Amino acid sequence: MAEAGGTLRCTGAQAVVRSLERQGVKHVFGLPGGAAIPLFDALVGSSIRLVQTRHEQGATHMADGFARACGEPGVVLVTSGPGATNTITGIFTAQMDSVPMVVITGQQAVGSLGMDSFQEADVSGIALPVVKHSYLVKNAADIPRVIREAFHLSRTGRPGPVLIDVPKDCSAASIEYRDDEAMRLPGYRVPDEIDGAAVEQAARLLAAARRPVLLVGHGVVISGAEAEVRAFAERMRIPVVNTLLGKGGFPETHPLSLGMLGMHGTAYANKAVADCDLIMSIGARWDDRITLDPARFCTGAVKIHVDIDPAEIGKVFAVDCAIVGDARAAVAALDRAGRPGDTADWIARVEAWRAAYPLRYDRRGGLKTQHVIDELYRLTGGRAVVVTDVGQHQMWAAQFYRTDERFHWISSGGAGTMGFGFPASIGAQLARPGELVCAIVGDGGFQMTFAELATAVTQKVPVKVIVSNNRYLGMVRQWQNLFWDNRLSGVDLAGNPDFVKLAESYGCRAFRIRRAADVRPVLEKALAYSDGPCVVDAEVVKEEDVFPMVPAGASLADMLIAPPRKGRGR
Amino acid sequence: MNGGRPVRKHLVSLYVANNPGVINRVAQVFARRGFNIDSMVGSESHDPAFSHMNIVASGDERTLVQILKQLNRLVDVVHARDITGEDVIERELALIKVRCPPERRAEVLDIAHAFRGTVADLSETALVVQVTGRTEKVDALHRLLDRYGVVDVVRTGKVLMARGEEVT
Repeated sequence: MAEAGGTLRCTGAQAVVRSLERQGVKHVFGLPGGAAIPLFDALVGSSIRLVQTRHEQGATHMADGFARACGEPGVVLVTSGPGATNTITGIFTAQMDSVPMVVITGQQAVGSLGMDSFQEADVSGIALPVVKHSYLVKNAADIPRVIREAFHLSRTGRPGPVLIDVPKDCSAASIEYRDDEAMRLPGYRVPDEIDGAAVEQAARLLAAARRPVLLVGHGVVISGAEAEVRAFAERMRIPVVNTLLGKGGFPETHPLSLGMLGMHGTAYANKAVADCDLIMSIGARWDDRITLDPARFCTGAVKIHVDIDPAEIGKVFAVDCAIVGDARAAVAALDRAGRPGDTADWIARVEAWRAAYPLRYDRRGGLKTQHVIDELYRLTGGRAVVVTDVGQHQMWAAQFYRTDERFHWISSGGAGTMGFGFPASIGAQLARPGELVCAIVGDGGFQMTFAELATAVTQKVPVKVIVSNNRYLGMVRQWQNLFWDNRLSGVDLAGNPDFVKLAESYGCRAFRIRRAADVRPVLEKALAYSDGPCVVDAEVVKEEDVFPMVPAGASLADMLIAPPRKGRGR
Repeated sequence: MNGGRPVRKHLVSLYVANNPGVINRVAQVFARRGFNIDSMVGSESHDPAFSHMNIVASGDERTLVQILKQLNRLVDVVHARDITGEDVIERELALIKVRCPPERRAEVLDIAHAFRGTVADLSETALVVQVTGRTEKVDALHRLLDRYGVVDVVRTGKVLMARGEEVT
């Protein structure tokens, strides 16, 4: 870069890096390739740390974990063609869970676009359905404005991933760096004012309710509305349930918390929701994992929906009252307007359910994943940042590792992306250095992205990777067992590696838990090790099901609290 | 598919940033919800940084409300509105090619003129009528001419504008 006469001449690639620095970016996750060489060249000597990954999907999950652990956009830098298409799963994962992410892809020269040139993929087209917005840069001088817009879009309103495709002639071009051009986003609006009439209506409905429930979703975490939600729930004396991604929006150890609801929620959360006369969702979107059959969800109850995205209002079903806006501002306004109703009887009823239907598992009969997670919870005092993959272990982690704080629960919810957990934990650890980060993964998902062990080792991130290893795709097996007459198809993971040897071959510490008696001593050893990543291979029983369970498309009243009687199916 | 809700034609008017790919973004919102786009007209607006798009699409009302919200969520969409049934200026242009030997020409021309149609092309065996107006008028002419043997029809789709000083 050369400074001359007050202006700055630089290449397009240098402009990219300079703009990233201006956005406060400290880490970029990615892997180079031909069309991205100018971009990677510009990183040399910059203040940004390149976290080199082994696969572009890993890079996106790391950026995603980073963003979910601190709220700032995660940044991905990859090359064109397959490098770019490998990011799609990660972009989709971020989009489904409203995670801020900026993905910069190298691209063939502008003149070669559409010519089937080497490693040319129309990635802005391919990514279209899974991004908040996307750019194809055609003029290098636009780079500073485009990057500013991308970060603005990514982190404001309902956050999401933004993709910027940068052709290599643009990154190589010499430009005058100017970052004073106004953003051009005439169609982009972020709801900024809370509708007072809607707040008044909600307050009236809440005051009249006898059996109200607050449903806390990811929006509470994103908005940083935990304090407001807590104050509101305590003053109004309303029990709180949370979605999978709402963990951390309201302390799960709080007396008013019933934990997670839905398909594998606690029985008392589901009973409360099934029986409530008012449910107010804050930053959740009535996902099918919580409503199951929407036509039978809280049919008699008043529904209030607080969401920053107007397109979520009325999407699943009509609601009685909608407040469009930021969760924090909305709940603060509600707290000012709300008058507590009489909920004493209701809370007593909910407490009776809590006492009658606790979460449980049997420590006898072999090593259980629940046992490992339960022990991890005790040993860490519930203070770890927990990152999960997808499947049975994810549900057990949600049940048994109670989350009290924002940014301490990271999991792929909407997309249900296997392979997410381990790389996301690397990103989370980089966002929260010095904190304890535990990845809880299954043997199936871990094998989808374990190549990032190399990244974890080279980055010296002390993540604890706990592999719940049942040599099955356990959740699919559970469904096949319960609903498909135990006709197991494609779920036996014969051929798994020895995860201890695998980790050691990367120069990573590894431990093994074989029996219930090993759980505490081995976890203690793993937690005490902080000289880099470590892997704990927990050889759990093969056939264990997650309960409670509400079958897909059923109603909460159809919840199975314990396994159905054997004979059918088995 | 739509839970038995009635399907009808909707007229959607959009004002969008004139960026490459904006048609894809808009079309995708319709496609994802299983709406068929019957016609789509796009053109640069008075301000070349923006375009007007008029879309006629068939589907149920509730899904359409959702689609409009999702369209408005697109960064490149300044506004998207359902203007079905609103009093707007609505025009469509059609070219209708009719198989027409010389002895029937006068008859066909009579019909065309009744609709203020003009002749865009004339050959020994065929005639191309150009007609402008509301969709119903174009439909009516198309039906009448079909008795003589319509070979081909090309229509612009609906072009719309708000009345008075209001900007579309």
